[in-house]
Amino acid sequence: MTTLAIDNTFDDPARRAPLVLNHTDFGSVTNDICAVNEAPKAPRAWYIAFAISVMFLGILGGLILYLFATGIGVWGNQNPVMWGFPIVNFVFWVGIGHAGTLISAILHLFRQKWRTGINRFAEAMTIFAVICAGMFPGIHIGRVWVFYWMFPMPNQMEMWPQFRSPLLWDVFAVGTYFTVSLLFWYMGMIPDLATLRDRARTRVRAIAYGIFALGWRSSMRHWHRYERAYLLLAALATPLVLSVHSVVSFDFAVSQIPGWHTTIFPPYFVAGAIFSGFAMVMTLAVPARQLWGLKDFITLRHLENMNKIILVTGSMVGYAYIMEFFIAWYSGSLYESFAFINRATGQYAWAYWIMVSCNVIVPQIFWFRKARQSIAIMFVASLLVNVGMWFERFVIIVTSLAQDFLPSSWGYFKPTWVDLLMLAGSFGLFMTLFLLFCRFLPIIAIAEVKHTMPEADPHSHGGTDEHHREARA
Amino acid sequence: MNDPGTTVAPAGAPAEKHRRRGAAEEHGGLYGMLAEFETPAAIVAAATRVRDAGYRWWDCHTPFAVHGLDKAMGIQPTILPWLVMGAGLTGATLGFVLQWFTNAASFDIWALVWVRGYDFLVSGKPPLSGSVYPVVMFELTVLLSAVGCVVCLLLLNKLPMLYHPCLKNERFLRATDDRFFIVIEARDPKFYRNKTEAFLQSLGATAVEAMEA
Repeated sequence: MTTLAIDNTFDDPARRAPLVLNHTDFGSVTNDICAVNEAPKAPRAWYIAFAISVMFLGILGGLILYLFATGIGVWGNQNPVMWGFPIVNFVFWVGIGHAGTLISAILHLFRQKWRTGINRFAEAMTIFAVICAGMFPGIHIGRVWVFYWMFPMPNQMEMWPQFRSPLLWDVFAVGTYFTVSLLFWYMGMIPDLATLRDRARTRVRAIAYGIFALGWRSSMRHWHRYERAYLLLAALATPLVLSVHSVVSFDFAVSQIPGWHTTIFPPYFVAGAIFSGFAMVMTLAVPARQLWGLKDFITLRHLENMNKIILVTGSMVGYAYIMEFFIAWYSGSLYESFAFINRATGQYAWAYWIMVSCNVIVPQIFWFRKARQSIAIMFVASLLVNVGMWFERFVIIVTSLAQDFLPSSWGYFKPTWVDLLMLAGSFGLFMTLFLLFCRFLPIIAIAEVKHTMPEADPHSHGGTDEHHREARA
Repeated sequence: MNDPGTTVAPAGAPAEKHRRRGAAEEHGGLYGMLAEFETPAAIVAAATRVRDAGYRWWDCHTPFAVHGLDKAMGIQPTILPWLVMGAGLTGATLGFVLQWFTNAASFDIWALVWVRGYDFLVSGKPPLSGSVYPVVMFELTVLLSAVGCVVCLLLLNKLPMLYHPCLKNERFLRATDDRFFIVIEARDPKFYRNKTEAFLQSLGATAVEAMEA
């Protein structure tokens, strides 16, 4: 296919940029997107990536068993840094999980039609990232066999969780976010699963997709309620996206540790989460569109728009870093001022400067149009942003805990090999789920993409007089 | 009329009889008539005329929600938002009652089993301190609304329905791909096989065919 023959990256208010290139009929859109799932064999790169991912997933599984059998001493968590890698990884993965629902909910409310090219796999990515995120606090509690103490469940000890704790709010926030994202993702996928069902050549495929398509028969009476439900879910998920990382930030902000006890945390965390989430979408979208020839649906314009969001949110994060310093000075609190000067010049200065260069300096390249449209630059930048955002959480958690109030209780956190391999293993879990998703489920929202094509507008074919009369009435 | 083997309802049969659910049998195993269209504009125009002709048991099937088609078909606004609001208010109430009972009460209630609340004393603060409640109340509001929204959507749409006469029609498979269909069901009081077929032809359908029940 002759991709990029058409430049749709122009900014001309008089012309509507096409969001689907080289397709003027719905049938070819269905064919090209379904081809990803219907090809008898996946591309070779898929098998290689899948083998590596499953290997890391296996390592993760083995290490979790080792952890359960031995205890959380296998990690580097040690007095005074009791929240080490597990919580860093938790916050990192929850942050990654923000882009999907932002794209499907907030961009839907803002009528950003370009979201249809990327929303499906961004939502899938959200769900898999939240699974990775939820795993870490789950295995961090030590006595995993009493994990249900996190939930308000009647028990023989007449014991209830304490709702003044932000950690408990987090259970509700992340649990709700996961459930709502899953529902949103699945509901959006029903029409596309029906497409795959109706195209199935084998009985197994027809039954498998058929069950999950729930017997969807694209009835307009159903579509009517479906669209309303989609709008309602978007309206519900919009405050939810903003609330999840706000609640995660309460885990820190509600405590009294210097460097954590600040009111800027909720917006700062949310901006960082969207920033890292979009970077991860970019990291995955660039190879995926290449591998499966989806450049007509995930066009350069889509990528450029995402780069603009990365630039905006990256700058917001940079602003937050500066503002933290200002407030630390302005508060007049010795401990606060020390916490921040120590971050930039103390024993973890290396981590701090990795964070600043990756999160603040790297995205500034997207001020340039050439950089926003260069696949190589955006891919490398997105990887660096992922690294930077992981280090942001490391800096926040570890520097504040390692040196808080009393110099006599200061310490230095060192991760163990288990910490490092579990972080790698969580990527294995994430990528295994994501690769399976790419192979078996529609990775682009077929029905929604068709809806954004100019051909989908009833007026584009010169609708009949009757319809125009209807429109005026 | 009672024998399913006999053919379709004769033109001019009393309309009342077809209102019943077993109408398909009365039409000799006919579910309805299927008309195929190629563009969104064509189906919007056709749907307007089917509505104006007074049919009631009919539907459009399109690969995506065609803009304005619901209005052209005369579909009434759905009750769904009100149901979602009900679910949301339930969630907010549940969030408040849950936190109040488990953290600020000390009596027994029956919630499938007998459970007792516990009034936590934390830093001498009053047990019922509403300022900590909004987070969990908000989360449960969103959770119950979203679950309620999807469940009510499926119930109102009568899904899952894994068997449906439409789904075994070969031509109909393209309803999830690139074709736009109108189906008028045999149970419609105005349905007469020949008349309805001719009517659908007159709407500019590219194909019209009978669908088995």
